[in-house]
Amino acid sequence: MNAAAHTQYDSIVIGGGHNGLVCATYLARGGHRVLVLEAADRLGGAAVTREFAPGFRVSACAHLLHLMPPPLMRELGLEAQGLKLAAAGLPTVALSEDAHHLSFGPGNLAALAERCAADAAALAEWQSLLKRFARALHPVLTGTPPRLGTVAWRDACALLGLGWRIRRLGRRDMRELLRIGGMCVHDLLEERFSLALLKGAVALDAVLGSNLGPRSPGTVLSLLYRVAASQGADSLTLPQGGLGALSEALARAARAAGAEVRTGSPVERILVSDDHVAGVVLCGGEEIAARTVISSADPKSTFLGLLGSEHLDAGFVRRVTQVRSRGLTAKLHLALDRLPQFRGLAEESLRGRLLVAPSADYVERAYNHAKYNEYSRAPMLEITIPTLADPGLAPAGRHVMSVIVQYAPYTLAAGWATQRTPFADLVIDTLGAYAPQLRDSIRAIELLAPPDIEREFRITGGHWHHAELALDQFLMVRPVPGAAQYQTPVPGLFLCGAGCHPGGGVMGLPGRNAARQVIREAA
Amino acid sequence: MLTESEPHYRQPLLKTPFHERARELSQLDSFVPWAGYSTVDVFTSVEQEYFAIRNASSLYDLTPMVKYRISGADALRFLNRLVTRDIRRLGPGRVAYAVWCDDAGHLIDDGTVFCIAPNEYRLCTAERQLDWLRVSAIGFDVEIREVTEEVAALAVQGPTSAKLLKAVGLAGVERLKPFGHGEFTMPRAAGAGAGAIPMMVSRTGFTGDLGYELWMQPADAESVWDALMEVGRTRAVRPVGSRALNMVRIEAGFVLPNVDFVSAAHALYLGTERSPLELGLAWLVDFNKGHFTGRRALLAEQARGPRRRLVGLDIEGTKPAHNALLYTARSGKKEAGSVTSATWSPTCKRNLALAMVEAPYIATGSTVWAEIYLNRELVWERRMVRARVVERPFYAPQRRHATPPADF
Repeated sequence: MNAAAHTQYDSIVIGGGHNGLVCATYLARGGHRVLVLEAADRLGGAAVTREFAPGFRVSACAHLLHLMPPPLMRELGLEAQGLKLAAAGLPTVALSEDAHHLSFGPGNLAALAERCAADAAALAEWQSLLKRFARALHPVLTGTPPRLGTVAWRDACALLGLGWRIRRLGRRDMRELLRIGGMCVHDLLEERFSLALLKGAVALDAVLGSNLGPRSPGTVLSLLYRVAASQGADSLTLPQGGLGALSEALARAARAAGAEVRTGSPVERILVSDDHVAGVVLCGGEEIAARTVISSADPKSTFLGLLGSEHLDAGFVRRVTQVRSRGLTAKLHLALDRLPQFRGLAEESLRGRLLVAPSADYVERAYNHAKYNEYSRAPMLEITIPTLADPGLAPAGRHVMSVIVQYAPYTLAAGWATQRTPFADLVIDTLGAYAPQLRDSIRAIELLAPPDIEREFRITGGHWHHAELALDQFLMVRPVPGAAQYQTPVPGLFLCGAGCHPGGGVMGLPGRNAARQVIREAA
Repeated sequence: MLTESEPHYRQPLLKTPFHERARELSQLDSFVPWAGYSTVDVFTSVEQEYFAIRNASSLYDLTPMVKYRISGADALRFLNRLVTRDIRRLGPGRVAYAVWCDDAGHLIDDGTVFCIAPNEYRLCTAERQLDWLRVSAIGFDVEIREVTEEVAALAVQGPTSAKLLKAVGLAGVERLKPFGHGEFTMPRAAGAGAGAIPMMVSRTGFTGDLGYELWMQPADAESVWDALMEVGRTRAVRPVGSRALNMVRIEAGFVLPNVDFVSAAHALYLGTERSPLELGLAWLVDFNKGHFTGRRALLAEQARGPRRRLVGLDIEGTKPAHNALLYTARSGKKEAGSVTSATWSPTCKRNLALAMVEAPYIATGSTVWAEIYLNRELVWERRMVRARVVERPFYAPQRRHATPPADF
């Protein structure tokens, strides 16, 4: 560490997204002199609020905050840094074309019980089972994944701990966990529920942001993971000012901890000298020295783009190229002259998230197209109207609709160059089946297809989670064996992005775990 | 070569451009497969062929050697990251023996790298490597093309080989230094067409002796063979097969993939792979040349110290210790390794072997015991004989280095 004594920074964090900022905060608190380099002119990565039409602002990528564990938010002191929630505990409304919608929320299954008492009971039981699983799995699903095949005390403890926690669930729950862990969510839904609308809604949660359909293996795992990572809270919240407000609070926390944050500073290359990281070169040519570089960029960008395969073994490079990162999720932003009218839905219900996933089969059919590089003819949608809780995002009386659309494959056979408009039309038509006058109120449309997400947020393949969240890219094999503990084969280079365990979504845990790993290594 | 009329399943082994000539001279008609080609195992007798290599000159068809043309702006960077030795100083006209490893530092194959021109190389390998080469090429601006079928290759090895090549009109070959190569022309026989035959000649080989390898267009293969055999008629020149070659390569101490080590690309059982350090090829591993695949694993292995090593053995008696297990003592209770290649060396008059030996016994001068099975007129006997760890190569004549070589 002698060289570091002469440089200005101990560590450089590449990327000022939420994971990069969380990482920088923990590093700075650990005594590191940290520099965060963000390529874009604003911080936040895919958790940003930006204008998409004059006077209209929206959370441009992620639009709900629900995965960041409350203890992490407290530890970061985000409230003190000015983060306010415009809404929390948002209900979910599963839309039905016959206007017989189904609304359910955390702790509020009354409407469901009215429709189908058995399903309400089954959902309550399922949620309580998930919470028990979450409590058991949380430490392992959110900590640094243990290495396999080592004799290190730390790894052995983590594995033993996992085994012990699963065992402690009791015979019945343990059997159920082992039984459903690798299942597809479709089978699980068939076992537990009867209402198609409910099954569609749960299926949507299992596949959102992923290259998976309800019949894909491992979709139960993604549900478990979603609940476990958020420590069972799974409360849908809207930060005041959009997801960008979260990033601003994170940036303030990082700066308060002593980290330096620079925007408009894209990194061109990670410098390596004598098989150890030596710093970075910015696109303008500026060299910044540091013995530790932590990249929140996705694994492919980090290894193949910023580092270069010449510093890596060929087999490792092959594994990196094989990381599945084909994005299938698009984002549609609508600037609206007035609040849309959904048939059969009171204004109050529009505050929650609305789902167009009327059945699990609907979702599976939507996914079918994606397998063959087509977009869904009847897409699955997650809709929010953030201006109801947070009117400041649009001019007075106007509204913003933010829609996550699946499936819209990155590798669209027809090419996105000509397909953006027809696809946006298709999504608006799909919405029109539930809100017939919607089209008349649209003032501006922005569609972000995966290639746009790739460009704007610098994520290879435009995949929201940087790397598909599936069993083969999970825990100690995320993103690839040999880089799963935030460390990489190159001494001094670490990963802290969504491509690391526990993965994507606005969660922040990869950033925190990576910082801890860096500090442990330096000790 | 494959033809449309003969689908591959009717012609499972390819014929080299020398095949017709070899077939005529092959008294035993003993052909064996090698990298998809049919090649000669023994022409007449292994001993006669062996002595042609060591005492006169020999022709050996090495067309099946897999050849890749590697070119492009990053060709040098690509190769330097692929192989374990530093090839940055390998200039045009030079050849380097090299090995390459997987991420774990386990050997995949060995071969020779020819620098043809800046950023144009030929890589000759024992086995097909396209998959690994393509994986290794991710992130490099490099074009890799297999040219095995486009190049006929003939090894001319033995103390009189330089003289023989001069006699067929390859003027200037005597100036080639070991591991040098160059472009040459050979005059055609009278009435055999106009113009000279162009070829690349390299002073390389697998015999540990004076010798050359000729790389030519397949269409010229028979003319070159005929010219060499014609001039060699009075010089005891013989075509040789792979069994005689195996004897001389053991004398020279060269390792053979899938004989002395299993390629990491084929190994199925954990722990059977071997590293270049274990094979005694540490001299081919340069930790200071920048990163190469397997470097970090090999550094760790070096720090850990050797578990086993391929060593040369000088074994009592005259019976080759083929496949022999080695023991720490005559009692044969505790194993110390096993023989991977063995031969009686007629030149050294020693019973030689290459063996993978456990760490405590790898030092030169150590003694292990070889368990040899003898068949004496169909009666099997077991012998425990003393084997001493000795330096390799077993046989290294001065003439393999001399430039110009002696003019016989």
